[in-house]
Amino acid sequence: MSAVKRNKRNGRNRARFTSGPPATVLRLVFSLAITFFGLLVVTFLIGRVLPIDPVLAAVGDHASQSTYDRVQEEMGLNLPLWQQFFIYISNVVQGDFGQSVLTSNSVLDDIKRVFPATLELATLATIIGVLLGVPAGVFAAINKGKWPDHVVRVIGLAGYSMPIFWLGLMGLLVFYMKLDWVAGPGRLDSFYVDFIEPTTGLMLVDTLIEGDMDLFWNAVSHIILPASILAYFSLAYIARMTRSFMLEQLSQEYILTARVKGISEHRIIWRHALGNVMVPLVTVIALSYANLLEGSVLTEIIFAWPGLGLYITNSLLNADMNAVLGGTIVVGAVFIGVNMLSDVLYRLLDPRARR
Amino acid sequence: MSNETLLSVKNLEVTFNTPKGDVHAVRGVSFNLGRERLGIVGESGSGKSQTGRAILGLTAANGKITADQMTFHDVDLANLSPKQWRKVRGARISMIMQDPKYSLNPVMTIGDQIIEAYREHHNVNAKEARHRAIDMLDAVKIRDPERVFNSYPHEVSGGMGQRVMIAMMLIPDPELIIADEPTSALDVTVQLQVMAILDDLVRDRGMALIFISHDLQLVSSFCDRVLVMYQGHVVEEIAASALHEAKHPYTKGLLNCLPKMDGNHADLPILEREASWAEG
Repeated sequence: MSAVKRNKRNGRNRARFTSGPPATVLRLVFSLAITFFGLLVVTFLIGRVLPIDPVLAAVGDHASQSTYDRVQEEMGLNLPLWQQFFIYISNVVQGDFGQSVLTSNSVLDDIKRVFPATLELATLATIIGVLLGVPAGVFAAINKGKWPDHVVRVIGLAGYSMPIFWLGLMGLLVFYMKLDWVAGPGRLDSFYVDFIEPTTGLMLVDTLIEGDMDLFWNAVSHIILPASILAYFSLAYIARMTRSFMLEQLSQEYILTARVKGISEHRIIWRHALGNVMVPLVTVIALSYANLLEGSVLTEIIFAWPGLGLYITNSLLNADMNAVLGGTIVVGAVFIGVNMLSDVLYRLLDPRARR
Repeated sequence: MSNETLLSVKNLEVTFNTPKGDVHAVRGVSFNLGRERLGIVGESGSGKSQTGRAILGLTAANGKITADQMTFHDVDLANLSPKQWRKVRGARISMIMQDPKYSLNPVMTIGDQIIEAYREHHNVNAKEARHRAIDMLDAVKIRDPERVFNSYPHEVSGGMGQRVMIAMMLIPDPELIIADEPTSALDVTVQLQVMAILDDLVRDRGMALIFISHDLQLVSSFCDRVLVMYQGHVVEEIAASALHEAKHPYTKGLLNCLPKMDGNHADLPILEREASWAEG
């Protein structure tokens, strides 16, 4: 009898715990913690099982055995794996990702330097991709099977299939070399580089903070070409998805209802249908943004863009494991963050998902 | 009930161009409609819904409408530009759709959707439109109109959703309402409630009604006149009160399909069909 009572009370308590805002936040924190822990375990293990010897990378081929042993001990690599993991975790929790062998800075400082460059590029590329890709997809959907649809498809397919390094080089050749419409590689003309104090690390924002419009426009002319080339890629994908979501929505019954009401075709498409298209589209855009935030190595190499992709690749090629692990964790965190953001937006856009 | 003709349809044909060849959904339907309530009855695929949609010019893109005559008052519905159509739809002829689960926009509040229908045809400010919308929700007997106004379609029941649909389609005060299976998606218990609300409003406001359904009994109890359709043809036109005098074997067949309270058939008769009915 009393057991039944207790169960009942537990049930009620549980019900209270699993609903309501505080519980939602708690659940979110819990799932985030688990996700991060999983990310750390996998990253750490991959880093340790890779057939790369970080000690050798640090000391070089010709070091004596005693130097090798000393450095190995310094790096903590002589300890059992679980101990190494424990030390690594407790360091990471305190924001210490270790030292980079390659740059001899702390990995955290390195990432603080390179990530804003990637963030700036990816954000601008995504904005361009959405602003052009969504209307292009809508335009294709409402002209399904007619020439605008084919034009959008061919442009999209071209964006999808042209290798990005080729596109980047051609872009530089045409718009920088021949036409001189944009600036060349790098984030600023080399003449300006030392003028700017990295407050946020985002060049467009920093130059505005300093109030120097010359510098701002210089930064714009540097970023616009790589951002457009990355945007072309995400545009192709976003336009394609928008088109198919749009076609699906336009065949729904509520569209007929709107027509019966005498609503204009323009409003039916941009208010009624697009409102519903945005719900799945948010996820598509978020994933494409997250992909760009990972840093696109080829674009960063061609445009000498000191971003995350370039940093991780260089570190990997030089067996700089602390930097690689740090970079990977940042990429993972970015993915988790963007996914959470898209969840929030999803709830804002679709009342059925709000609870 | 006056004798003035609102809608006149002569020899309406709706043909769909499909990969498997042309499909004739409606073949030569003619009728005149005054300020009355006309029922169109038939089984699935008989062309009853397509007749309703053709009147609003909302046949799917692969369909073609031809008619010797299709006029609403003095408006020739056969030759309207998209802009002219928008002045007719909603404002003068409106349609109540089948299932509120699919026919209301899931990401817009009910209030916004009703206001949109009203403001499309009436030049009023937002406050006045809101006031009107809430009055209209009250008129369809929604107990808590303020709350429903701010709700989303998924937050209300099917019967409530269909009342919202009625409110939305009646608020611009059209002269003709086409109700396409308005209660088929609802529970039997709320079907009659919803029909009664629609019937009251249509009577009060002196609107004409075309009630499309497969339910002959329901149609006959809410309509003055019934068209029975079979494979795109009107096989019989009869006053609802004289249904028991129906001559056409198909109409008789439909009537006999229903079990009777005092009947003691072991089996219900099977509906007979003859190819000649479809040639009409």
